[in-house]
Amino acid sequence: MIRFLFKGLLRDRSRSLLPILVVTAGVTLTVFLHCYITGVLGEMIEFSAKYTSGHVKVMTRAYAENKNQLPNDLALIEVNDLISNLQKDYPTIEFVQRINFGGLLDAPDEYGETKKQGIVGGIAVDLISENSKEIDRLNIRNSLVKGRIPEKPNEVLISDEFANKLEVDLGETVTLITSTMYGGMSIQNFVVAGTIEFGVQIMDRSGMIADISGIQNAMDMHDACGELLGFLDMANYDDITALNVENTFNEKYTDLNDEFSPVMTRLKNDSIMSGYFDYVDSFVGIIVTIFILAMSIVLWNTGLIGGLRRYGEIGVRLAIGEEKGHIYRSMIYEALLIGIVGSILGTLVGLGFSYWLQEVGINVGDIMKSSKMMMPNVFRANITTPAYYIGLIPGLFSITLGTMLSGIGIYKRKTAQLFKELET
Amino acid sequence: MEQSSIITIKELIKRFPVGKGEFTALNGINLAFNTGEFAGIVGPSGSGKTTLLNIIGSLDTATEGKAVVMGQSTGDLTTKGAAKLRRKHLGFIFQTYNLLPVYTVYENVEFPLLLLQMSDSERRKAINDALEWVGLTDKIKSRPAQLSGGECQRVAIARAMVKKPEIVLADEPTANLDAANSHNILKMMLKLNEELKTTFIFATHDDKVIKYLKRKISLEDGKVVKDEIIKIKGD
Repeated sequence: MIRFLFKGLLRDRSRSLLPILVVTAGVTLTVFLHCYITGVLGEMIEFSAKYTSGHVKVMTRAYAENKNQLPNDLALIEVNDLISNLQKDYPTIEFVQRINFGGLLDAPDEYGETKKQGIVGGIAVDLISENSKEIDRLNIRNSLVKGRIPEKPNEVLISDEFANKLEVDLGETVTLITSTMYGGMSIQNFVVAGTIEFGVQIMDRSGMIADISGIQNAMDMHDACGELLGFLDMANYDDITALNVENTFNEKYTDLNDEFSPVMTRLKNDSIMSGYFDYVDSFVGIIVTIFILAMSIVLWNTGLIGGLRRYGEIGVRLAIGEEKGHIYRSMIYEALLIGIVGSILGTLVGLGFSYWLQEVGINVGDIMKSSKMMMPNVFRANITTPAYYIGLIPGLFSITLGTMLSGIGIYKRKTAQLFKELET
Repeated sequence: MEQSSIITIKELIKRFPVGKGEFTALNGINLAFNTGEFAGIVGPSGSGKTTLLNIIGSLDTATEGKAVVMGQSTGDLTTKGAAKLRRKHLGFIFQTYNLLPVYTVYENVEFPLLLLQMSDSERRKAINDALEWVGLTDKIKSRPAQLSGGECQRVAIARAMVKKPEIVLADEPTANLDAANSHNILKMMLKLNEELKTTFIFATHDDKVIKYLKRKISLEDGKVVKDEIIKIKGD
C-alpha cells in the first residue's frame, strides 16, 4: 500500500515536484536572507570594530571614563611592554596601537605664511611597519583618491575634500598644530602623501590618517598611545570569547586604586556599539521572523490547496473502503516527505548561495558613495549555526500544518459530502 | 424459491437542513433487496435516488428509520465499521468514473484489493479476471486519460467488481456515455449479475438503463410510488 501511494505521489507532479519546488524556493530564501542579514549587520559591526573599538580595547581607567573627549594626556604608557605581555597572555589576539587626535591643520603658501587652515580630526595607525595589517584592515588602499600610502613617519593622508579646501596637493607640506600628551603645544610638519575618501561625511570634511610613530613624535607620546585595540582571530566578532578575554585581563591588570592602570572593554560594551548590538539582534530577529512567517503562510497555503484539490480523490478512496484516519495519515506522511526533501534541498541551495556571498561579497562601494553612514564597501553573507536548521520552520512545519488543517475537512465533512465532490 | 434479503430498509426518513428549516429528501421508505437482484431506483432529479443510494452504501446515515446492509444497520456503524462494510461487501460505480488519474488501468483495479491486504498472486489473478470480464486486458498499462469514456467506465466496473462484492451501487453509470457504450456497459453488468450473482442497484433516470432492469423502484418526492418486477422476454 505504501509503495502504491508513493508511486502515485511520484507520478503526480502537482503533488510532488511542484510542492517540493515551492518548499525549496521558500527555504532557500529563508536561509539566504538569514545569512545575508546576519552577514551585512555583522560586517557593519566589524567595520566599526576596525575603525574605532576593536573587538576589545585597552585604555587607562581615566581615559576610559573620559573617552568621548579623546584625552591623550591620560594615555597608556610603556605600551611596548604591555603589548609583549598581552602577546604572551593572548597569543591569538592581535593588539595594535591607535591615537585619535584633533587640532588645526595649516596649509602654508610659498612664503611659509598660512594660506588656508582648518580643524582636523585624525587617527594614527601603524602604516609603515612591515607586518602591519592596518592598511588592509582600514581598507586604505581602496579608499585612496590620489597619491600613495605613507612610507615615512612624517607622511600623512588627508581626505580629498579637505585637501581641496586647504588647496594642498600631493607632496606639499601641512602643519599640524595640536597639544602634546603633557599639555604643551605641538607644531609638526607633515608631507601629504595621498588623499583619501572615507565615505563618511564628518571624516571626509576634515579627516586625516597618519602613521602612529609620526604622531607619537608630534605629541610627545613615545612608547604611549591612547588606545590599544585587540582583534580576535576570527572573521566575525564573538562576544563570548571577547567577554572571557575582558574578564581575565581586568582581573590581572586593572587596579581600582590606580586610575592609570589599564582596563579592557569589549566591543559590545562600547558606548556606541552596545545600542547597535541590541538593534542588530532585534532587527535580525524581526526581519527573519517576518520572512519566516510570510514563507510559512505561502507554504501552509501550498499544503492547504494541495489537500483541498484532492477531496475528489479522497471521496473515491473513502467509497472504496479506505478509512478516514488512514487517508489523513497518508496525506501527512506525504507532506512530511515533501517538507523534508524540500527543506534539505532549500537549505543546501540557500547555504550554497550564502557561501558564495560569504566568499565573494557584493561590492556596494559605488552605490554607497554618497552615504552618510560608516559602512564597509563589500557586504558578505555569514553562515551561522541557525542557518542549518532555520529553513525547517517554513519548510517542514508549515506545509505539514497546512496539510493537517486541510485534512481536518475529511473528518468535518460527511462522507457523502466528499462523495458528492467527486461530481464537481 | 425464496431469496434472502441482503438489504432491508425500514421507515427510512432523511432530512437535510436548509437555511433555518429542513428539506425531507426521503420520507418513509420501506424496501428489501435480495441477493442477485438487478434493480433500479428511478425518478426525476431531486427525487432522492442518490441519497438513498448513499445511505445503502453507508456514505450517509438516515435521520429516522434504519437501513440494514449485509446484516449491519448502517446508522449504528462507526466510521471504521462503515469503511469496512464498503471495503468488503460494496462496490461503487460513478457517473464520472472517478478513476485515479495517475495510476494505470491495472493499478486502479488493484486499489480495492490492496485495502483488503490480498497477497500478490491472489491480487494478480483477481485483477486479470476483472479486466477479462470487461474486455480490457490489452489496456492494463494505459492511464485513464488515454482511454475513451466507455473504456473508463469499464475500468470503473472492473474496480467495483474485482473484489467480488455482494452489492454494487451504480449512480447514473451511463450519464456520460453514448447509446452504444451504454448498451455495452449494461450488457456487461447484466452478465456479471448473472454469473457472479452480484446484486446491482442503480440510481438512474436514463431509459437505456431502465430497459435492462429486472426491478424498477420509482421514487417521487422522497417516496416510493411504484415497485415493480419487470419480466424480460424469454424469462
